[in-house]
Amino acid sequence: MRHILSLLLENEAGALSRVAGLFSARAYNIESLTVAPTEDPTLSRMTIVTSGSDDVIEQITKQLNKLIEVVKVFDLNEGRHIERELMLVKIRSEGKDREEIKRTADIFRGRVIDVTDRIYTIELTGTRDKLDAFLEAIDSAQILETVRTGASGIGRGEWILRV
Amino acid sequence: MQLSGAEITLRCLAEEGVEYLFGYPGGAVLYIYDEIFKQDKVKHILVRHEQAAIHAADGYARSCGRPGVAIVTSGPGVTNAVTGIATAYLDSIPMVIISGQVPTRAIGLDAFQEVDTVGITRPCVKHNFLVKDVNELATTIKKAFYVATSGRPGPVLVDIPKDVSQHLAEYSYPSSVTMRSYNPVIKGHAGQIKKAVQMLLEAKRPMIYAGGGVILGDSSHLLTQIVRELGYPCTNTLMGLGAYPATDKLFVGMLGMHGTYEANLAMQNCDVLLAIGARFDDRVIGNPEHFFQSGRRIIHVDIDPSSISKRVKVDVPIVGNIADVAEEMLKQLHASDAKPDAQALAAWWKQIEEWRSRDCLRFDRSNTEIIKPQAVVEKLYEVTNGDAYITSDVGQHQMWAAQYYKFDKPRRWINSGGLGTMGFGLPSAMGVQFAFPNDMVACVTGEASIQMCIQELSTCKQYHLPIKIVNLNNRYLGMVRQWQELQHGNRYSESYMEALPDFVKLAESYGHVGMKIEKPSDVEGALREAFALKDRTVFLDFQTDQTENVFPMVPGGKGLSEMILGSEDL
Repeated sequence: MRHILSLLLENEAGALSRVAGLFSARAYNIESLTVAPTEDPTLSRMTIVTSGSDDVIEQITKQLNKLIEVVKVFDLNEGRHIERELMLVKIRSEGKDREEIKRTADIFRGRVIDVTDRIYTIELTGTRDKLDAFLEAIDSAQILETVRTGASGIGRGEWILRV
Repeated sequence: MQLSGAEITLRCLAEEGVEYLFGYPGGAVLYIYDEIFKQDKVKHILVRHEQAAIHAADGYARSCGRPGVAIVTSGPGVTNAVTGIATAYLDSIPMVIISGQVPTRAIGLDAFQEVDTVGITRPCVKHNFLVKDVNELATTIKKAFYVATSGRPGPVLVDIPKDVSQHLAEYSYPSSVTMRSYNPVIKGHAGQIKKAVQMLLEAKRPMIYAGGGVILGDSSHLLTQIVRELGYPCTNTLMGLGAYPATDKLFVGMLGMHGTYEANLAMQNCDVLLAIGARFDDRVIGNPEHFFQSGRRIIHVDIDPSSISKRVKVDVPIVGNIADVAEEMLKQLHASDAKPDAQALAAWWKQIEEWRSRDCLRFDRSNTEIIKPQAVVEKLYEVTNGDAYITSDVGQHQMWAAQYYKFDKPRRWINSGGLGTMGFGLPSAMGVQFAFPNDMVACVTGEASIQMCIQELSTCKQYHLPIKIVNLNNRYLGMVRQWQELQHGNRYSESYMEALPDFVKLAESYGHVGMKIEKPSDVEGALREAFALKDRTVFLDFQTDQTENVFPMVPGGKGLSEMILGSEDL
């Protein structure tokens, strides 16, 4: 099953490679990984999307906790949470397609952030499924380039993850 | 007070009470070596290869319980050390390794003797640090010792660039250190312990399975008390030998791939299993599916949460320091009104004794022509009154040492159980001998393993280490040959040792005593003579039976009750 793990870790050189190294050394799946400093600059927040049986997820969580620089690990799947991913996509938009692509972007609440006479660059935020659905709605031959951040996640309501 | 990074390093080691620093100098650590020269608190031991420095520090730590400390230079110094570091990591040995690094301005420029030390060692250390600022050096070293020795112990590496060891900083050694991201669990959960004690007392066919964690946690006396009060059978893993006295009647021997018949069958057939400081690894329970064919309830005590439910699902997990958990268990045992089921226990012991009566460790003792390797270990046990520190290399001789030397005390059996590192025996024996200069130290080895760190005979000479090297020389990579016999149709691919040196002359050329023993009747005399030479390193080259195999054996991928007891089973 797909799980979203949220980590707080020391904002130190090498912490990222310890996490990445753990996943490759123990042959765990990694679908996406995002990381950036938090409002407390000594801490980084990392979101890892992974998948595995309950046993595997339990081991992943324990092994992450064992890393010295990891302060906290949360499995967001244990509670209600929100997941968002940002995608930038460059689409060939010429002639009659131009209007149609703009309309599709609107339906998905996307924004055109760069325009040339041949290309729209669209910014889209949402769950993985939504971003996938947008790409499926566009003729694949028109898609020139995509950049996705991987998911970031946060608990709902009072469920606050901090040190 | 402004001190150089090098001097700070030595001051910190002295503050930590480090007696010995095992190492080898080189360009990147020259400032540190200069400070080693100028002080007399920390004694440096010059080895002949960096791998041996780490193994020696490791042997020191395993035998006396204090962290081992080693120092190597950058580049090849570090890469040579990696085998030793991984060895310590797999067996959870507390150790601090200081490595030199090229100057900070040269890092990343493919400088002479530069490797990414933090990167190369990352998967085989508990933690590592690159010190970029001399002002952080003392705190980092303090943290290194704290991390290495607390929780589940392990090696920690501190990489110090050459310029950092040269730069000046104000020195004061922190008296303590806290890390918000590192808080090892100490106390076990009292509710879980209560459940465990209840389960233990309800058992009809109980079994206690203790591993290296009991030794690392200095809890052998508590384990012994628990086992004796309950009257339950106890087995130790290869890493746990000595955690429970091997000569006690409640001890059913080592378990696992080369464990005893009675230990493995009791493990397979018990209804309640207390696993303490052990991790159900593949050499211990064999095939996990087969293990689960007979149901049992499992209590698992370990300091590392990730060891629990890694290979087997357990019913009562208890995360905590073994000593604290064991003490609480005893307290609750004493408080409980329930008592073990005497009738069920008697029936269970009757069954175990029946298994024991198979005498699975028997071997041909009547042979007067060829030396049986098992007989050498038995004699070694007799001659040393079971009171020596025994290190070993890896292979058949290691298993025979584990099977036939009855360890009654913890920290007497020093071997590379997790990584299985050939070459470990001699350098680790040096570390043990430094920790216990007046005790008997023997390295049980084979003609193949000993050659992997043979250069340390020179270190033994320099420091007058009276180690006795018991070489079980069968002219084969014995364990490889055994597997080739069992699983590869007797095709002895590259497992015969040709062109062996004359070990007697070799020992003599290093200034030691060498003996070649070819007759069973000479075994005891040679051992007595060797141990009588209290101030000499002695190399005993026993020409042993070339065809002898280690039994019992649970073949790879098989279950514990699918043991081969001897060649007649093949």
